[in-house]
Amino acid sequence: MPMNEAIRDILKGHARLRADASSIAEDTDLYKAGMTSHASVNVMLALESRFDVEFPDRMLSREVFGTVAGIRAAIEELTAGR
Amino acid sequence: MDNEYSPQKLYDDLVAHRLIIPVGVPGIFGRGAVFEEVLRRFDSFLSRVAEKDGAEVMLFPPTLDRRVLEKSEYLDSFPNLAGAVFSFMGNERDLAGLSEAIHAGGSWEAWQKMTDVVLSPAACYPVYPSFTGTIPDHGYLVDMQNWVFRHEPSPEPTRMQAFRVREFVRVGTPEVVIDWRNMWLQRGVDLLRSLGLPATSSVASDPFFGRGGRMLAANQLRQNLKFEVQIPVISKSDPTAVYSFNYHQDHFGRIFAIRTPAGEIAHTACLGFGLERCAMALFRTHGMVPADWPNAVREKLWT
Repeated sequence: MPMNEAIRDILKGHARLRADASSIAEDTDLYKAGMTSHASVNVMLALESRFDVEFPDRMLSREVFGTVAGIRAAIEELTAGR
Repeated sequence: MDNEYSPQKLYDDLVAHRLIIPVGVPGIFGRGAVFEEVLRRFDSFLSRVAEKDGAEVMLFPPTLDRRVLEKSEYLDSFPNLAGAVFSFMGNERDLAGLSEAIHAGGSWEAWQKMTDVVLSPAACYPVYPSFTGTIPDHGYLVDMQNWVFRHEPSPEPTRMQAFRVREFVRVGTPEVVIDWRNMWLQRGVDLLRSLGLPATSSVASDPFFGRGGRMLAANQLRQNLKFEVQIPVISKSDPTAVYSFNYHQDHFGRIFAIRTPAGEIAHTACLGFGLERCAMALFRTHGMVPADWPNAVREKLWT
């Protein structure tokens, strides 16, 4: 599954968004769209499991997890060179 | 005045002056008469500071509806701190098994079942369900005090498993709650300093459990949702938080269906003074014998 689709798949399963995770814009604020802090933790853990990465503390932020674009950039950085 | 700060020194001094009474289990020592007098006078001092705020006083027992704890999501954040209450619900035949297990010195957990109550992990939890519905125009302001339980056995006298908190809870629109918070940010520091305590404040985060917890803590810090006021009690370089202010945004409003007159989810915040820690800060700063404290401090507490 391509990265974008996988990310949206995880958001669908864990973020508890009011909107449809497959069609929201890349820069839509996920927190404003309904994702609570606790849901964002579940998203984080699911992303780590799916992509076999571990987010360093500096990435455990609203900047990274607040948008699809932020999540993708973080995962691309962590999986670069694989 | 001895300026050495360490957990052991404070513990030894408190015990030597019979201010605390060890019981053999960490974090649940007794409090002596003089300690209690100081604690109660500090609590009364807080009442005087806040007396014109128009708060409604409510007193709950140190127990909470288990379903409220479950709904609150406390167990997602601090599963390691909560204390539940179990009891024997068997009959006479079961009693034989329970007694045998106890007298054999083994585990008797299997003979108990979870009850409908848990110990309160924070003084404010019992009041949130009573806010369900539409709040009045001015919101709610509640004044509470209670014992709270946190499973954190520690030899540090400032880290107790059972301790009292004087708590204020505000419910309202975000603007109202943020204004209230800004007022208390200064007031908390000022009132402690007026007692000669070297109080400082800083943004803080809760000890959320686990890796996910680090993300919650980073979130909380970044949004300035929690601040603490600290005083050196067992360490100069690592002062002890004696007062914390917690802005919950819409967390409890959402869970307990609390709405503003305009129909929005209400915001809440709570603040708590750790009464034992404040008393210990007074003893550590001014000495173990209140009769020897500076007049300026005594006048505020013994009015």
